[in-house]
Amino acid sequence: MTKEPVAVVGIGQTRHVAARRDVSIAGLVREAARRALDDAELTWADVDAVVIGKAPDFFEGVMMPELYLADALGAVGKPMLRVHTAGSVGGSTALVAAGLVAARVHGTVLTLAFEKQSESNAMWGLSLPIPFQQPLLAGAGGFFAPHVRAYMRRSGAPDTVGSLVAYKDRRNALKNPYAHLHEHDITLEKVQASPMLWDPIRYSETCPSSDGACAMILTDRAGAARAPRPPAWMHGGAMRSEPTLFAGKDAVSPQAGKDCAADVYRQAGIADPRRDIDAVEMYVPFSWYEPMWLENLGFAAEGEGWKLTESGVTELDGDLPVNMSGGVLSTNPIGASGMIRFAEAALQVRGLAGEHQVDGARRVLGHAYGGGSQFFSMWLVGSRPPDS
Amino acid sequence: MCDIPLVPVMRDIALVAFAQTDHRRTSDEHSEVEMLMPVLHDVLAQTGLKTADIGFTCSGSSDYLAGRAFSFTLALDGVGAWPPIPESHVEMDGAWALYEAWTKLLTGDADTALVYAYGKSSPGSVRDVLTRQLDPYYVAPLWPDSIALAALQAQALIDAGHTDEPALAGVAARSRRDAVGNSHAQLRGSVPHGDYLVRPLRTGDCPPIGDGAAAVILAAGDRARELCERPAWIRGIDHRIEAHALGVRDLTDSPSTRLAAEKAGAFERLVDTAELHAPFTSQEVVLRKALRLDDSVRVNPSGGALAANPIMAAGLIRIGEAAARIHRGESDRALAHATSGPCLQQNLVAVLEGDPR
Repeated sequence: MTKEPVAVVGIGQTRHVAARRDVSIAGLVREAARRALDDAELTWADVDAVVIGKAPDFFEGVMMPELYLADALGAVGKPMLRVHTAGSVGGSTALVAAGLVAARVHGTVLTLAFEKQSESNAMWGLSLPIPFQQPLLAGAGGFFAPHVRAYMRRSGAPDTVGSLVAYKDRRNALKNPYAHLHEHDITLEKVQASPMLWDPIRYSETCPSSDGACAMILTDRAGAARAPRPPAWMHGGAMRSEPTLFAGKDAVSPQAGKDCAADVYRQAGIADPRRDIDAVEMYVPFSWYEPMWLENLGFAAEGEGWKLTESGVTELDGDLPVNMSGGVLSTNPIGASGMIRFAEAALQVRGLAGEHQVDGARRVLGHAYGGGSQFFSMWLVGSRPPDS
Repeated sequence: MCDIPLVPVMRDIALVAFAQTDHRRTSDEHSEVEMLMPVLHDVLAQTGLKTADIGFTCSGSSDYLAGRAFSFTLALDGVGAWPPIPESHVEMDGAWALYEAWTKLLTGDADTALVYAYGKSSPGSVRDVLTRQLDPYYVAPLWPDSIALAALQAQALIDAGHTDEPALAGVAARSRRDAVGNSHAQLRGSVPHGDYLVRPLRTGDCPPIGDGAAAVILAAGDRARELCERPAWIRGIDHRIEAHALGVRDLTDSPSTRLAAEKAGAFERLVDTAELHAPFTSQEVVLRKALRLDDSVRVNPSGGALAANPIMAAGLIRIGEAAARIHRGESDRALAHATSGPCLQQNLVAVLEGDPR
């Protein structure tokens, strides 16, 4: 039994900002969906099913909001699925949608992820006190800072690497009209002088809180043949999960991330990711996660990831550009952040990334993670159909 | 144009094991993980599988019931996700987790799947909690609770002449009488029909509030036959959603259920059994009509959601109960239904069959 090849023929994003007070949640998601349909030159009637994802419902204060969003997304009379896998959800949602096409259950699927953080307060949404359970530190930074510290200690990376990542991503964001942060006066010195929040993570090395949505139209071979613009083809996709905390867990380079990447590379026929993959959109909410994930994903040997960052390999004009869009460090509508990675990877291989396009990008990896570095979802997209 | 069949031959996939908790009004002494663990162990023991043998895991639950963000991550610890596993989660009833797992098996990426769902309604006021599902700008601020909305639907049915209060009381009595044979049920036997909660619904017309969990194992083709003597083959499964605003819906009908049933092939041949996820007596009336079930069909032999309604698991339990009857040889072709949202907004229908005896 063979799977139906899956193509991305439409991509839509909102212009991500701190607060979209001009639209409701429904208005926000519809804007992204409408743009994805326009890109594919399709109408609502062409969509067979809707797969939506977002991070915890407490972030907007709406329980299972897909019920209320059915009308806005043209889902009435259609199947609608709601995925929630923590921070990796944007990626997982795209993969569930892709599965519907691959399994030939549906021909064309709209997939969308969003977060409207301004409706609520994400930090406290993550910090609800539960009796008899260990309280989470306020926000995610407090959870991840010790893991960054462990990485620095293990790898011997110089203290400045994190600031290099932030400086690069914020400059890349200047080339992406949809990015939330457009810091035209950014300098490396400013990043390095920003306040220390969770040692060693400085303010400018953290992601913003954004309102935003991202949508994609996924379709089968027949749908791709009708597409007005070049499609991106899915060459591999996988999810992996491991427990939050357990004796022997490697919080710096989790096994689930390694296994997930290996599965994707196997499907896509990638023997050497550093050589065979042209660019990466990875989930870097705190600057240091770039070198950490470079190692976890097999682009560098253990302890060597920071050297790629330091030597400029991951710059937009480098040998392995990372987060050409500006990444999560420049735009973070939490539930959508994973899907933006997947969509930006697809934009690159379609040659439609505009000012942040990498010349000749043929195979690009989209990556997302969530929870306590325990949920991973990834896909590899190419400019040509698989097995061609 | 070409001779490729419109509907390609799909992989045969079956439910091979089902387990559920004894559903209770409260489970203060157990965390969600503790509630779920015995159920997971049960389905694994039924099949002889270990966590590491499972190709894909998918679950359904709600952060709003749990009262904390990422509540499903704790449940994952109970699964024993080490070495790491391919896994996903829907913020929906477990019936939709089963749907996602079914598509995963269809792609051939996995041959077996573990699906589970759980919900604890006891820690909060579930009537109030469910109001948070409604349109956050125009409806939720008014806090119309789940029973009030179901009562609107019931009154519309009575006004349209589709049912009356004695008939609804009959549904309640039959469900709890049938639940006598279901050791997991929360309400069994003779249950007083009680006073009006929200007219025209009396306490007896409403589901019990309770905590519970359920799990199933799916397997494809020959693997299913190895793991189960009489697998419950999924002949079709589909789900559809309707508009959210109650004002634009005909509450006496369920077009989404009918369409899902059509797509799942439910109308191709008569079923002998139907497990309907109708938390309110009046909703059984709507579903029977949409699914064209006559008196020859055994409806909710388990007692249904009127006997036990652990939110987020109750839909998956309907599929599990239907499958279990096929496993036991008590049914050859069964329909299972799950619902979500106010007044049956979203509905899933699965058609299960056993091999000929």
